[in-house]
This record gives sequence, structure tokens and C-alpha cells, in this order.
Amino acid sequence: MLAPGFADPVHDAQDTFRAVMDALARPGRPRPLRAGLEPPAPLTPELAAVALALTDADTPVWLDAGLAAAPEVAVYLRFHTGAPLTDDPAVAAFALIGDPARCPPLGTFACGTPAYPDTATTLVLALATITEGAGLCLAGPGIRGTARVALAPLPEGFVAQCAENRADFPLGVDLILTAPGRVVGLPRSTAVTEN
Amino acid sequence: MSETAMPASFPSPLRGGVRGGGGADGTVALDPALPPPPAPPRKGEERGDTGSGYNFAYLDEGTKRMIRRAILKAIAVPGYQVPFASREMPMPYGWGTGGVQVTAAILGRADVLKVIDQGADDTTNAVSIRRFFAKTSGVATTTRTAEATIIQTRHRIPETPLSEGQTLVYQVPIPEPLRFLEPRETETRQLHALAEYGAMQVKLYEDISRHGHIATTYAYPVEVAGRYVMDPSPTPKFDNPKMDDCPALQLFGAGRERRIYAVPPYTRVRSLDFEDHPFRVQEFTYPCALCGAEGVYLDEVLLDDAGRRMFVCSDTDHCEGRRADGHVGTGDAA
Repeated sequence: MLAPGFADPVHDAQDTFRAVMDALARPGRPRPLRAGLEPPAPLTPELAAVALALTDADTPVWLDAGLAAAPEVAVYLRFHTGAPLTDDPAVAAFALIGDPARCPPLGTFACGTPAYPDTATTLVLALATITEGAGLCLAGPGIRGTARVALAPLPEGFVAQCAENRADFPLGVDLILTAPGRVVGLPRSTAVTEN
Repeated sequence: MSETAMPASFPSPLRGGVRGGGGADGTVALDPALPPPPAPPRKGEERGDTGSGYNFAYLDEGTKRMIRRAILKAIAVPGYQVPFASREMPMPYGWGTGGVQVTAAILGRADVLKVIDQGADDTTNAVSIRRFFAKTSGVATTTRTAEATIIQTRHRIPETPLSEGQTLVYQVPIPEPLRFLEPRETETRQLHALAEYGAMQVKLYEDISRHGHIATTYAYPVEVAGRYVMDPSPTPKFDNPKMDDCPALQLFGAGRERRIYAVPPYTRVRSLDFEDHPFRVQEFTYPCALCGAEGVYLDEVLLDDAGRRMFVCSDTDHCEGRRADGHVGTGDAA
């Protein structure tokens, strides 16, 4: 049977959006994300919450290989969001990535155009852990001085990919990183370094 | 083809149909004379709570999602104007339809809302917007800056310093800082894409050549995070320094012009100027006549036909707070 969506569509969507908004406004600072969803595996409750809160018929969604291989995930997302699923990461408004270690290079997604940088893809990744105060060093708008956050697992050469993503600012993708119960934002404006 | 056969174009909800009922589920009214039955309230739709008959915070969920996506992109590219599908609101353009839509999209049940109009909580625009949200969402409202989690403003930043838990929502009439220099949207978009802001510096220079100083006193252009030049909405330039490195998130909504932009917390906001004509804010000769405050933005109040006038705090909450703490002004005309 199809798993249910938000128990309270209005306020659960608002809660999820506010957590994501605060996360992107203050990169590197994890926010609690309680969704109460039980989507079909390998879709995590946090990925499902972001998808249900932000996607609809106007937003093509791209699924990574693991999520695309499970037909229940597509059925769940189509039913609850009405979002069209796409095979082409370069036209996706949102990309859901259940296996971050094998996330395609950030450059394969839409990075916007100089006149309309807002048309870039928003990537939503399901990590295992997000730990504040250690790990990668972040700086940029939304951060007082610098912030540190440890993220695992990450794709190969993540820091170099972030540097490349930021090099063409205002072009670039934005990342919403989730782990069980929390979310952290990494917009294209953030500079990411190892230490 | 039998009568029960489904048309080929039947919009299946599993193939990207519009969600939320309302005809997209293929229901057809059999008798056009009969009005369609009212849609049952969806779970979570707070019709009972506020008694207003509207969805929480007036806007429908699809509109909120669209505005929310625009807000996220605005935060990711500080100072860039994100186009959005602005809706007709139950108030005229120019009364804050952009700010109201942004507030409606971010508002939650736990929020405490404050609305100001030129610093005042008690003028028509502020009162009607505050009542609008109290009625359609049932959230708590306040006039005290420190208690608010969302502050919607028409052109002023409160004197009380903002904190990390707060969001400031600006009502913006003309979001494009280059609009009076270049009327074509296609051109201004290219100028932003190329970060070509020479025309704005020339405009400020013309002020100096004509008046001896930069005569722009409101909607004073700022550069955000070293990239986009942004219109800070028609705030007095007195408030520009408060935007820089502000702990609160600042969101800007322009309803008629259909743009949303943002300044994340702790972001560099630099008022444009020249080395030999540095940016300066207004200075006032007198303190507030009611509370004696100095270093705040003052409104001029005419007292009679003889031209007597007094200067009082523009921020009514700040002024009331100071008077409650025992501060007293001269109470006299300047």
C-alpha cells in the first residue's frame, strides 16, 4: 500500500520549509528536521519531507541510480507531489540523492544562466551523519566568521567540486544536506575548505 | 468506444497531474446548473481554527511552495532578484502585496508577527496587515521588536538591534536599482549578469557635481556580498548600516514587480560611495521631543499653521519603550 504523506500538509510543509530556509540562510549550522514520514526505502524520511514540501508539477525531479531503481519511490513521489521525474540532471529543479558517495559531479546539474541564476538545480542529499563544530571549514554569506561541519559520506573530491561550483558564482548548484533528524544548507555562495 | 471508456488524455495524478483536487482528478459536473459542492477542508487546513474560511495565512499551498522555492534561491544568491508568480492579494499594489506574500509563505503557528509602516506600529498599513494575518493565520502579533520572530516592514529597520531568531520582511515598490537609469528589463538583467554598475556610480557622481554631496537619501543603492547591487527598498539611508552584518535574515518582496530577493544573516552590505565622498547617514540637530533619544531616525511633525514643528522617534516601539523606562524629552516644538 502507498505510504502516507504529511499528517498535517499545511504545517508539516511549513516546518520543513522553515528548517531548510534557516539551514540555507546559515550554512553549516544544522537544523532539526522532523517529518514523521515513512517513505519506501531507499528514500529517507528527510529526502521525502523536502520533496513533499518543495516540489510539485512545476519542478522536474531527478533521482539518483539507487532511488530510480526502486519503483515504489517514483510512485510515492508522483502521487504525493505530482512532480514530473526526469532522467536528465541538467533540466532538474531538484535532485534527490540517496547515495551521496556516488553522486554525479556537481557540474552535470543545471547551474543557471548569467541572467537567471535561480534556474539552477537544488540537490538534496541523504547523508549518514552531520556533526557541527568539526570537519569542513565554511565561510561566506550567512556565516559569522567561519563555521565547521563534518559531513559523511561525501562524494569523491567534494571540496574541489565545491570550489569549482563557487568559482562561477552566481552560477552554481545549491545543496541541502540531510541526515536522520537534521538538515544543513550549503548554498553556492559558501566557500568550502578542508581546514 | 464504450461510454465508460476513459479518455486517452485523462490526467492521472501519477503522471504529474496538478495535486490537491479541484478538477484535476477528472471529476466532471454532470449537471452544469448545479453548483459544485464545496470542497471538504483538507486535513491541516485550519478553517475551523481562525474561522476565516481561508487556508492558513491566506495563500494556497501551491502558491506558498512557489514562493518558498523563490526565497531559497534568493538566499543562495544574495541580492539577486528572483522572479516569482506574484498573486492578486486582497489589497492594492503599493500596500505591501510582495511583503505580505513572503510573510504568508514563511509564517508558522509558533511565529510572533510585528508589522511596521515607517517605523510605526499604529498606522493604517501596519494595522491592516497585522489584522490580516491575525485573522487568516491566528498567529500571535506584537508591537515589541524584541518579541517578534517575523517583522514585516515598509521602509524602516527597527532601532532595537535585531537578533538571530528574527526575519525581517521588506515591502518593496521598485526592486530594480537600475530602473530609473535603464527602463528595459532585458537590459538591466544583462547589466546585473555582467555586474556592470558603472551607471549607478555615474548617477551618484552627478549628485555630487550638482549638489556638492550625494543627495540620495532613501533607496540608497547597496552592494551585497561583493556582487549584486540591490535596492534596499525606500528605507532612509540612515538604516543602510543596519543591513550590514545583520544577525537577522532579510527578505524583500515586490508584489507588482514580481521579484523576491534576500540578504542572508552576517552578509556584507556596502552602500555605494566614493573615496573622497564617503557614505554618510543623516544627522539630526535635536533629540526626540518625547523620549529624548539621540542617534535615532526622527519624523518631523507639524504642529500648527505658524510652522511650529517637533521631531519625534520614527520607531514608535522604541520611543514607547524608552518613555516606559523613564526617559523624557522636552515635549516642545523645535
